[in-house]
Parts: sequence; structure tokens; C-alpha cells
Amino acid sequence: MKPVKKSPSKKESFAGKTIVIGVLGADPHGIANKLIEFALNDEGFRVVNLGIMTSQQEFIEAAIEAKADALFVSSIYGHGEIDARDFRENCREMGLDNILIYIGGNLVVGRQDWIEVETKFKTMGFDRVYPPGNTLQQGIADLKKDLGTRAKRTQR
Amino acid sequence: MEATLLIDIGSTFTKVVAISLDQEKLLGRVSVPTTAQTDISIGVHDAIRELEKRIGTPKLHIERKLACSSAAGGLRMVAIGLVPKLTAEAAKRAALTAGARLLDVYSYKLTESDLTRLEQQSPDMILLAGGTDGGDEATIIQNAHSLANSKLNAPVVIGGNRTAANQAFNVLTKSGKEAVVTENVMPEIGKINVQPAQSAIRQIFLHRLIRAKGLEEVQRSVANGIIPTPMASLKAASLLANGTKEEPGLGDLLVIEIGGATTNVYSISEGKPHTIGVIWKGLPEPYEKRTIEGDLGLRYSAPSILESVGEKKILEKSGLSQTDVKKAILEMPLNAKKLPQTDTEASVDFGLSRICMENAVKRHVGSLEPITTPVGTVYVQYGKDLTEVKHVIGTAGGVIYSKDPKTVMNEALYKEAEPLLLRPKKPDVHIDENYILYAIGLLSEIAPDKALRIMKSNLRRL
Repeated sequence: MKPVKKSPSKKESFAGKTIVIGVLGADPHGIANKLIEFALNDEGFRVVNLGIMTSQQEFIEAAIEAKADALFVSSIYGHGEIDARDFRENCREMGLDNILIYIGGNLVVGRQDWIEVETKFKTMGFDRVYPPGNTLQQGIADLKKDLGTRAKRTQR
Repeated sequence: MEATLLIDIGSTFTKVVAISLDQEKLLGRVSVPTTAQTDISIGVHDAIRELEKRIGTPKLHIERKLACSSAAGGLRMVAIGLVPKLTAEAAKRAALTAGARLLDVYSYKLTESDLTRLEQQSPDMILLAGGTDGGDEATIIQNAHSLANSKLNAPVVIGGNRTAANQAFNVLTKSGKEAVVTENVMPEIGKINVQPAQSAIRQIFLHRLIRAKGLEEVQRSVANGIIPTPMASLKAASLLANGTKEEPGLGDLLVIEIGGATTNVYSISEGKPHTIGVIWKGLPEPYEKRTIEGDLGLRYSAPSILESVGEKKILEKSGLSQTDVKKAILEMPLNAKKLPQTDTEASVDFGLSRICMENAVKRHVGSLEPITTPVGTVYVQYGKDLTEVKHVIGTAGGVIYSKDPKTVMNEALYKEAEPLLLRPKKPDVHIDENYILYAIGLLSEIAPDKALRIMKSNLRRL
């Protein structure tokens, strides 16, 4: 993943939006996690970084307490499918009805057809699913877009 | 001789310690039954008279008195937060470090049955938290409304989301409740901030909660006002660990206080992992941490120990063979004011103390959990790593009147058989032989250097 360049003009509108990030399951890979934190901070987001080896429960609880707008879930070690199971349902169960959830990293082991993988995770309720090698820029651009759409929808 | 009197009004005993600050010396101590039924001040006067009599000549010239109290059930509090493991836990810790006797912890939006229970519990004070700063506002505000509409009259310390705190305050005060806003106990996820809430609790305790008959009179006669006893003990532990500018402290330490009804544990230590590669998860731990076990104590709580560990374990820990300990234990609450009279009673006390020590420390210290990952086994630490703590100190009846304090204290230490529990490995073990811990905490507010030196000279190394 490449660090993101600043885009100061957009900063203000997303100030105060809270993103909870972390590495899901028993996954001890922490470098990308730090890069995501820096990049989101740099864009003016409020970041709650739960770090490596974070359970679904921890993501959800932090999101409730911090009133998060989105969850950025990383999974690097190939067990994403098992770890992410029922994530959306668990969010709903805990009262987080409309939170955005993105997931990315090395979601599955071996070479699997990306479209299939993406579809699988989208069916599980993730709003955005990213393949290995995806740029941080892309994730942040999507986040802004999705948050913007939400804001418009709420205004109406 | 000049003397400073340090008074502790407990639910069973009123203790008074006389200290000469000029000579940096303990002059004497007494303990008389607390007179909660009639007038607290009678017991205090009795104790002082008794102490004067015991010390004899030269006559004491009492320069000042300082006091703490856990009479009338102590400071009975409830903590309310949003998520149980986050703000509710932070609120719980803030109340405990302020010396409260925590009746309950509530989380999420209070339900009707929560409120009914709360009204029945009728706490002295409520700590209302919820939401990180910039986080959830709805819950704390709704809970403020629920408290406002309830029959509760306890003052509310608001230590929640900064943005919502003033609104919660207005809701409460408009309906005639007393409330005060302090800083958030958990300003952001993973950061806990208990100090401001602790000070707010102390202020209210000082000004409002002097309910037991005669306590007000005692309050007027002492300098600095009465503080909750566990707060005094925590202050002493903190002074002993950290030292002052003049006088070095002992460094990281663990203090265990086994009483008749409860066992208190205080640790002064960051508790960071000591092993490379261990991942620290969960809510950060307060540097000065107190836990209290309401089910572990030698008198009032003896029956609950019997119930939870069973007769066999008590016999084993007591070194008794086939004595019927059941009857003796069930009578313990009736003998609350007595020290053991026979060898068997002393052995039962010894066994119970070992169980209190073992379990209270187990619950206080952190633990490691091995997790298998594709890159091998990773250890995750929850709570404090106290393996490297340099000093462990035992105090109160369960240790200092024990027939074998060393064996009791050993129960606090690391065991090869349970390597995942992060108990102290090779500390120096001491007892607060004259039971002056609370007194040192009180004294630390006016003469910290002297208080520290007196505490050090009253520790007996085992």
C-alpha cells in the first residue's frame, strides 16, 4: 500500500468523522495498519486504531462508544473469510445499523477469482472490499464518496 | 509530647494511630468498637482517651487530627457507562480508586428494571459516564433523563462525553438533582482518565456524605476533612512506591489488605509487558490501581468463601485434618469483633487468609493468553504484568494477626504451575506490622517526607 498525498481542500468536510481501524482476528501484521492510521489522520479524520489482533466485538464496541462513521477492517493473514463471518449481523445486533464497513488485505489464501471473493464479502455485508495491492488513496476516496452520499441522504 | 492523631472510622472498629512528626515515630495505636448505633463521635473520643491512657506520660499534646471513614457502609456508589468493557469499566475504575464501595455497574441505556434496582440500592453517589469525547451522546443524555425522573437523590458526577456532559447536567439539575461535571473517564478509546472524577467524588464525599450520626462532629474536629479509607490506603501505597523529592520510594509495589468483610488490593505499577513480543490488549490499566473483593474476608465474608471453595480446600489451606470447620465458619460473622481464641480458630483464620490472598491477587493481576496464529504462538496480555514488582506488602488483620504471615503472603506470588498469571516473581515481602497504612495515607497530605520515612521504618521484612 502506498501512503496518500494530502488533499487539503477536502479536509474540513470530513473533520470529526470517526473511523475505527484494526487488524481482524489472530492476525499480528501491523505495518499497513499504522499506514492507514497516518493516512486517515492526514485527511482530517478522527481515527480510533485498535491495532493488531482485534476481535469483531472490539471493533463493534469501540464503534458504539466513539460513534464511528465507518470501520476499516484489515486482514492480512488469509483467514479473513472465517474471521469476518457474521460481522454485519453482529453490528446490527449491537445497534450499529448503518455503519460503513470496509475490508481489505489478503482476504483469502491462494489464487482465487477476485470477483468471486469480492462478491462473497459483499454478500456478507461489507460495503467495500479491496484486493491485495490496492492503494490507500482508493479506499479514502471511496470513504469520502460514501460519507458524502450518506450526508446527502440524511439531508433529504 | 506533640502528636498527630490519625483516625479511621471503620464499620466495625474505630482505630486511632498517634504519630510524633518531630520524632518521626509511631507513639501508639488503639482500636475500639465503632459506635455507629449511637453516635460515631463517642467511639472516636473513647479511642483517643484509651490511647492517651496507654501512652501515659509524657502527656500527649494533640496538634492535629486527620480522619478517614468507611463507616455506614463506606461510600456506596454505582457506576454507569455505555459499553461494559469500555466506559462502564473506566467509570468502575474511577469509583474504585476514589475509595468507593461499588454496589453495581450499569451499561447501555438504563432500563426500567435497572432503575428499579438502582432505587432499591439507593447509592450515596452515582458516576455517570458514556461516550468518548466526540463519540456517543445519546446514551448519557437519556440516562441523565432516566435518573432525573427517578426517585434517586444521590449526587451525580458526570464524567462522560464532553459534548453531552453539560446537557446531562442541565437535565439533572432542572429536576432538582445535584450534579457536577468533570472530565471524561474515557476521553478516547484506549485512554482512561480517572483522576478528575476521583477528585470530584472526594469533594462531594467531603461536603455531602457525612450521614452517620456524629460523623459531622468528627468532620469539624479534623483538619482536611474526612476521606474514604481506601483512598487513604491508596495514597499511602502511592507515596511508598513513588517517594517524594527528598525521600526515595520503593518503586513498583503491591499491597494486600485482608479485612473482615473485604480484601483490597492496590498496585502501583505501569504493568506493561516484560516479555518481548507480548501484545497488550484491553483497556489500559491505571498506574495506581485498586481492586476490592466483596466476597473475600475473614469474618462477614467467611460463609461466602466456604460456599465458593468448599470445606476441603479450607481444611487443606488451614493444615487442619478433620475438624468440622463448617460450623466455625458460619459463626464467623457473629465473631466479627474477635480475634481467634483457640488454635483451631487461628488455623481456620490462617486458611481463610491464604484463600483471600490467593484469589484477590489472582483477580487483580493480569494474565497471558496464548493465541495460535499462522506465524506461531503469540501471547496476548490482559491487565497488569506485575511479575517484576519489587515489593509486596501485607496489611490488616488477615495478615498481621495471622499465625504464619509468611505463608499467607506467599499466596500472592508467582507460581510455576500457573505461569500465565502475572504475579510478582521475586519481590521482597513485608508486613505493615502496626497496621498504619491508612494513617500514612492521611499523613501524606500534610507531611509526605516524614510520612514516608515512618512507613518505611514500620515495615517488617519477612
